[in-house]
Amino acid sequence: MMGWLKFITQPPATPKGLTKLEKTPKTGVHYDTAWAHRPAAKLIRRFGVWSFFKPAIAFYGNPRVVGTDRISNINGPVIFAANHHSHADTSLLLATLPSRLRENLAIAAGADYFFPNRFAGALSALFIGAIPIERTKISKLSLRNSQKALEDGRSLLIFPEGGRSPDGWSSEHKPGAAYLAKRCGVPVIPIYLDGTGSILPKGKNWPKRARCAVVFGHAMMIGDDENPRDFAKKVEKQVAELADEFGSGWWQARRNAYRNATPEPTGPEAGAWRRRWALGPKPGQRRSSSTDKRRWPEL
Amino acid sequence: MKKKKPVANPRPGFVLEVDRQTPSILFHHGEGFRLEKLPVGRSRVVYPGEPLRGLPDPDGAIRNALLNPIDDDPLPSLLKPGMKLTIAFDDISLPLPPMQRPDVRQRIIEAVLDMAAEAGVDDVHLIAALCLHRRMTDAELRHAVGDRVFEAFHPHGLLYNHDAEDPDGMVILGQTEKGETVQMSRRAAESDLVVYVNINLVSMDGGWKSTATGLAGYEGVKAHHNVHTLRHSRSFMDQDSSELHRSNWRQGEVIKAHGPRIFQIESTLNTNTFGHDGPMAVLQKREWEWSMADRAAFTAMQAGLERMPSGARRKVFHSWKAPYDMTSIQAGEVEAVHKRTTEMVYAQHLVPVQGQTDVLTMGLPYLTPYNVNSIMNPILVMVQGLGYFFNLYRGKPLVREGGVLIMSHPTPWEFHPVHHPSYIDFFEQVLADTTDPVEIEKRYEKQFAEDEWYRHLYRTSHAYHGVHPFYMWYWGSHAMAYLGQVIVVGGDERAVSRLGFKPASTLADALEMATDTVGPKPTITHYHNPPILMADVTG
Repeated sequence: MMGWLKFITQPPATPKGLTKLEKTPKTGVHYDTAWAHRPAAKLIRRFGVWSFFKPAIAFYGNPRVVGTDRISNINGPVIFAANHHSHADTSLLLATLPSRLRENLAIAAGADYFFPNRFAGALSALFIGAIPIERTKISKLSLRNSQKALEDGRSLLIFPEGGRSPDGWSSEHKPGAAYLAKRCGVPVIPIYLDGTGSILPKGKNWPKRARCAVVFGHAMMIGDDENPRDFAKKVEKQVAELADEFGSGWWQARRNAYRNATPEPTGPEAGAWRRRWALGPKPGQRRSSSTDKRRWPEL
Repeated sequence: MKKKKPVANPRPGFVLEVDRQTPSILFHHGEGFRLEKLPVGRSRVVYPGEPLRGLPDPDGAIRNALLNPIDDDPLPSLLKPGMKLTIAFDDISLPLPPMQRPDVRQRIIEAVLDMAAEAGVDDVHLIAALCLHRRMTDAELRHAVGDRVFEAFHPHGLLYNHDAEDPDGMVILGQTEKGETVQMSRRAAESDLVVYVNINLVSMDGGWKSTATGLAGYEGVKAHHNVHTLRHSRSFMDQDSSELHRSNWRQGEVIKAHGPRIFQIESTLNTNTFGHDGPMAVLQKREWEWSMADRAAFTAMQAGLERMPSGARRKVFHSWKAPYDMTSIQAGEVEAVHKRTTEMVYAQHLVPVQGQTDVLTMGLPYLTPYNVNSIMNPILVMVQGLGYFFNLYRGKPLVREGGVLIMSHPTPWEFHPVHHPSYIDFFEQVLADTTDPVEIEKRYEKQFAEDEWYRHLYRTSHAYHGVHPFYMWYWGSHAMAYLGQVIVVGGDERAVSRLGFKPASTLADALEMATDTVGPKPTITHYHNPPILMADVTG
């Protein structure tokens, strides 16, 4: 009995003088997510959205959704490009995107973080529809995974900043989303997410309740002769304008945009505490309140 | 579920000759429906055309229209820092039913404001051009202009309802060659530019009527909202034969000479009133094309509606938002723009019809321009049938002179006390005395128009102006003079009699009653509306 078990569990040694056959890796960016876009998996994902993401976001974030009228004519495939503060961003979008767009959505997720092993990869692919993307380098596989999703008619959610914000300010957009938009000829929809950094900031493992919001922008098409890097800048500017719209109202934001006075989403170039200070209190919150003490950077 | 797309090649409207194969025909009946068999061999049904395809990129089309206007300069070149800009837009009476978000007005106003922001225009007012209609509620304004515009302007008092009774807020611009007074909101009149945002649901909407009527008050509209003008508008949906149209155009000349610069934006919608799928889609299909699912849905809907209390039923119907698509947008000089718009409206609505009929039947739905989120009182039943549906013709009326009009509507003796206070008194006092429009105009109009209480309710509550029920009555005056008899099927007998019409409990009874006026075996035409159609009657 034991011999049989040993036979099964212990691989034979490679004969001397021969090189060991290299295994095709099945984790990280190599993880194949095709199975997670079959009808049965979609059904499970839909169940997950209704039974978990929507109630959880409603409880923790009570989100305000702005600008759905701007995407009322959009049926996909498109690229959603959003700022990124928290893991709650994905949940927020899954909970608030119109169902016709959510049903066919793939989420570009960091291969190292979401697909470190096959089990974690399966969970990520099944419940959030993640596809693996290299965050630290440009890779053909990442591009292939994303392009296939779009060519299959799925929309793609990308956080062009490449990772969650460490301090509440946005980072510069990487041109990946713009490059894909050009290659696949699909529009980019800029999205501004607000408040998720307070629900589950980077470095925390348990969420707390805070009001959040999602603001959808108009679809943007890259020009035939337009450089993806320039287009990425435009998308970044649009996200900043949406943030301004959320903060100071649509009319003021439009006027700011035309005066080049839209507040910079990347914050001032200063030390950590001053950047944190410049974020300011939330609307209705006083700087001197007791909760504000906890908003100082942990240096 | 995936949204069903509109048919690739929408079929035009047509006239069906009723034979033995013809199924029962749908009649709207207020907040309900009737299925009626029409007599074989002498009946016909006029069906509307299917909804035209909407513009694939409405926002792009709007921008293009503003940058390439007709007979006018591009909008950005008219916008300057320091100028006074007023954006006026159609009120709750358009479109019918209200459309799903985003409303066309929102799309257009956002595009205009975006250009104004680019030009550095600070002084901007947005006015719901409602003339003597009721003030829109905040929720209705929000629906029309969208959240972004509403939140940017309404809290600062820069988005508001037109007040035609504000003693300091109105100015007289002059008089036409025929002595018609031209009146306008002071803010609009003193603006450097007025951008008017129209939804042209029917051919009567838009043109100079937008500014000359929408931004006017009693002094301005009484020039054409009178029995003489409306009786000589045959029909007021046909601009070439409409005295109402000619009067508004004369007022437009005065605005051109003495008023502010007007930049007109007009949009047209298709007739996708009930959608291509969903619970109401069956109402947009031709009866013989109803599937088993449609018939089951209709039966269930009928059964449910019959069991509902009237308040709940009204709520259900008034919560319906039509999935209209924008079929065209044009901007620029008022008259040139309106010409193009009218062509687009006709392309959707006109149905050629050969010859008139002895008896015209119509099922009246739950909605008129004046009871959105409100009650369709008996006066509005009259105006829907005799004012609007009867006048939806070009050439000559569908029914011959001296013919009979049969309308189907419950016509309850019921009024909305907030929206229609003067209607109650009009119905109780004026119509109890006489139903003759000329007599009513002579004896009662001034008293209601200048009543301080109605004026107060118009200005501070959500009431239609005191004179409004008179205009409704005049609206039907052409049909009243033209028709031999009007019969209402399934209506409240007392209310119908007060209107001066004959009540009937079934269509068969009504047709029998009609023979007293038009003789035995009359020809019958049923007007299958909504969705809206306009009969192009020849021969």
